[in-house]
Amino acid sequence: MSDLKTITETLLTGDGEKVAELTQAALDAGVSAKDILDQALIAGMDIVGARMESGEMFIPEVLMSAQAMGGAVEILKPLLSEEDSAGVGKVVLGTVKGDLHDIGKNLVSMMLESAGFEVINMGVDVDPDAFIKAIKDNDADILALSALLTTTMPMMAQTIKSVEESGLRDKIKILVGGAPVNQSYADEIGADGYAPDAGSASKLAKSLMA
Amino acid sequence: MFTVIGERINTTLKKVQAAVADRDDAYIKDDVKKQTEAGATYIDVNAGARIGHEEADMRWLLKVVQEATDLPLCLDSPDPAILEMAYGMVDKTPMVNSISLEKERFDAMIPFLKGKECKIIALCMDDSGMPKSFEDIVARAKSIVQELENIGMKREDIFIDPLIQPMSVDSQNGMMVMKAVKTIMTEIEGVHTTGGLSNISYGLPQRKIINRNFLVMMMAHGFDAAIMDPLDKDIMAVLRTSEMLKGEDNFCMNYLKAVRAGNIKA
Repeated sequence: MSDLKTITETLLTGDGEKVAELTQAALDAGVSAKDILDQALIAGMDIVGARMESGEMFIPEVLMSAQAMGGAVEILKPLLSEEDSAGVGKVVLGTVKGDLHDIGKNLVSMMLESAGFEVINMGVDVDPDAFIKAIKDNDADILALSALLTTTMPMMAQTIKSVEESGLRDKIKILVGGAPVNQSYADEIGADGYAPDAGSASKLAKSLMA
Repeated sequence: MFTVIGERINTTLKKVQAAVADRDDAYIKDDVKKQTEAGATYIDVNAGARIGHEEADMRWLLKVVQEATDLPLCLDSPDPAILEMAYGMVDKTPMVNSISLEKERFDAMIPFLKGKECKIIALCMDDSGMPKSFEDIVARAKSIVQELENIGMKREDIFIDPLIQPMSVDSQNGMMVMKAVKTIMTEIEGVHTTGGLSNISYGLPQRKIINRNFLVMMMAHGFDAAIMDPLDKDIMAVLRTSEMLKGEDNFCMNYLKAVRAGNIKA
């Protein structure tokens, strides 16, 4: 147990080399890959997300921790069964049509992956139909939409409307975010949730899966 | 002279949006007067946030803003129809914010710009998204300048926005844009460079310190215009001082004037 705690603590410092070393050592000591993933790495990234949300940790630190986790996951991957790596849920994510901003969306994608989600990152300027196809193809649980411009915010509403028309609305939770977006806009367009930053986005996604 | 495009009359800002919704002209006029006194060169006017109201809001703002200042305006809208209306309402040659290489936007803006006298902000954005390298920024700048010159625009009326990206997501983002500005200013002689300075500090604490230091470094690379808050005294002090240090302030007169006005203080 203390091995796992040390991995988590090291993950918080962002020291990737050390996290990889400790992960290997834990495996060698007989700890299961699944336990390391869930109880050390994902648990650690939950703390990172919370600290990001509260303003104690900043984006570069979050990136370092996520990178450290990525390195450790590479070591664990061959040892995880399909079931183990199935994750907590599937998210289709992208920036809406007409909008080319990708920084915020990529941060959210990274935090969701670190929280154990499988993320289908559709990129920027994504047509509503492309979102719908991805939801169907991947049997996704969550759709996460980003818009960074007041001029592209209405495209979020339109995308949600298209999802409704496709008959998928009851099967999927929709999250929205981006600089001009707020809770009241999210409510107005019928989204299931709004998150102001990547840390709260992963927390919110988890709560929607519960 | 450095061009300060005052960014405060923007309906995405809560107080401005409320003032526009209430048609509170006193609030807008007071803000515009303050920006003018603080050394703005252009007043940016963005009426886009109240969806469905842009035309009426823009009309009202242009009237009110011009009653408060003699400065030229920066007309900030992606909609050529709004810009056409706004262009007809301004007293002085305006700046237009903005055109980019994104096909839809580009094709919509070119007919508006053709034959008009105005300054134009040209974003180094194309359909593939944000630029990913210094070469990428420079290539996009050259191509958009070429396109604008083809329709008869003057090079000195073009303000290239290289798109400043945050340090927090890539620690080379600062150098990427500084190198690009330097190359653009030397290889496309006569063009200007501008941009949203504060993007650099997104995701980091104590942003104003970063913004100020970045402005100095950008100016050293030739950056000669910015979309910024002229009421931020500290950054304006840094700007005037940098101009003086760059040799663009004869006998340091503007610097001294700003010191005597109490605007620069060690």
